[in-house]
Amino acid sequence: MPDLDRARSGEHQTAPRAVVVVGASHAAVQFAESLRSNGFGGTVQLIGEELHQPYNRPSLSKAYLKGEVTVESLALRGSNWYTDHSIDLTLGERVVRIEHGKNGSGRVHTSKVHSGENEVSSYVYDRLILATGASPRKLNIAGTDADGVVELRSVDDAHSLRDRVASGPVVVIGGGFIGLEAAATIRSLGGTVTVLEAGPRLMGRAVGEATAAFILAAHRTMGVDVRLSTAPEAILTDDHGAVRGVRVAGNDIAASTVLIGVGVEPNIALAESLGLSCAAGIVVDHRGVTSEGTVLAIGDCTVQPHPGADLDLERSVRLESVDNAVEQAASAARVVAGEPDSVRAVPWFWSDQGDWKLQIAGLTGTHDAVVVRSDPDRPRRLVVGYFTSGRLSAAECVNAPADFLALRGALNNGTLVTPEEFADTSAPLKQLLKPQASRASATA
Amino acid sequence: MSKVFYLQPDGVEKVIEGTDGESVMTTAVKNGVRGIVGQCGGALSCATCHVFLAEDELDNFSAPSEDEDDMLDCAATDREPNSRLSCQLLLREGSDIHVTIPSSQL
Repeated sequence: MPDLDRARSGEHQTAPRAVVVVGASHAAVQFAESLRSNGFGGTVQLIGEELHQPYNRPSLSKAYLKGEVTVESLALRGSNWYTDHSIDLTLGERVVRIEHGKNGSGRVHTSKVHSGENEVSSYVYDRLILATGASPRKLNIAGTDADGVVELRSVDDAHSLRDRVASGPVVVIGGGFIGLEAAATIRSLGGTVTVLEAGPRLMGRAVGEATAAFILAAHRTMGVDVRLSTAPEAILTDDHGAVRGVRVAGNDIAASTVLIGVGVEPNIALAESLGLSCAAGIVVDHRGVTSEGTVLAIGDCTVQPHPGADLDLERSVRLESVDNAVEQAASAARVVAGEPDSVRAVPWFWSDQGDWKLQIAGLTGTHDAVVVRSDPDRPRRLVVGYFTSGRLSAAECVNAPADFLALRGALNNGTLVTPEEFADTSAPLKQLLKPQASRASATA
Repeated sequence: MSKVFYLQPDGVEKVIEGTDGESVMTTAVKNGVRGIVGQCGGALSCATCHVFLAEDELDNFSAPSEDEDDMLDCAATDREPNSRLSCQLLLREGSDIHVTIPSSQL
């Protein structure tokens, strides 16, 4: 094909005709969808290691553990969707090697995950997208290989945890989103749960002190035994190598299951093998382009400039969220389709822990003031605003989804919200989104 | 099995046979219906699955919760009396659903 030849010469970069995405999770599926909606007419190949069709991962710690939904209903898209959009989906294959040429084209070699065979297939591309995701971080204490120690990243993990919940008490190591969502769900199933958090508060990397304290109280109300500043020393096993407990400072906690939820590590081995710049994640620009300009990367595996209305090239972040997967995928698809950049919205996150809904918009770290908005008549709600030089820069909401939408909108639109307005519970926050003129008349 | 009729703002209609128990949002996303985003996966966290439900089908569903009602006030397209978040509309055997998709969700 003359077009391809010209592209490969590197002199005239033409639109790619064959796109291969390594990974088949949220970012990968969204990328494929965005690419097609941008009018891309070439081939799109997604390669995933798991045998399940791409599924909705955040449900694993909640609806799926409860047994409320099936694997099929977790699917991100129906089976027909892939064929209807001419998206080739390969499941159960692991990428073992990539031959990458300077002009951006190359070949991906895979093996079957479950048969242990050596390279079985190869896929030619003229544009490569890495959506390799992240893996649960390992804990370096004795007993982590015992029968009854589980992680929670894949639907198979969730399945094994679900099967174990009825068999006895669970100890969750790590007080982050995954551990707390699982703990709340196990409580709602009538199980006994202890959460061990090594740090002085819950969700230390994700939320501020006021929100962490509020969620801590919520978990204690639900009957979760939360122990802060408590690091496990060893997982204890019986004569058969099965979990029987967890040792913490001079104290053994009985357990038949241990869930390790101490965060994730980005999967960067393939990126490193390609010589891409990595720093606790694959380094990408605001559009998902890696240090090797012809390869893109999206999702949990990436490190990127702090996104939002004020793109901050000096601050790089790794964001583990559905919103980020979707936004990065859409940006990367525009690059591949040759479309101009679009404006990225502020990042946002959510975590449902029992019937406590936590939502976060924007990123903290630059703030110089924290304002708490709480109403004694609504004790289950909390809204916390972070202000940088008098301007709202981030917000955390508990059980206040409408306030969350208003604040996220304000952050995206650059709407001025003063700390005084924020703290004043006599006026709804959604009023802040209205144009200044109608706000004036509304308060007149 | 029940059918969902998705009417786009431009008048194009798409009919999907859905799975009972799944939501109007999930059914749309799984089948690539334009204009229903469902970013949060149905956790009442994003208001990107706003639809206008056929007037004569409003009573087939329980009224919006306080949170859904509040969130509709913050949807990208102004709400109407028949506005719902489609993640809260579950398909039921033998009961067809007609929704109109607003012009913007984000």
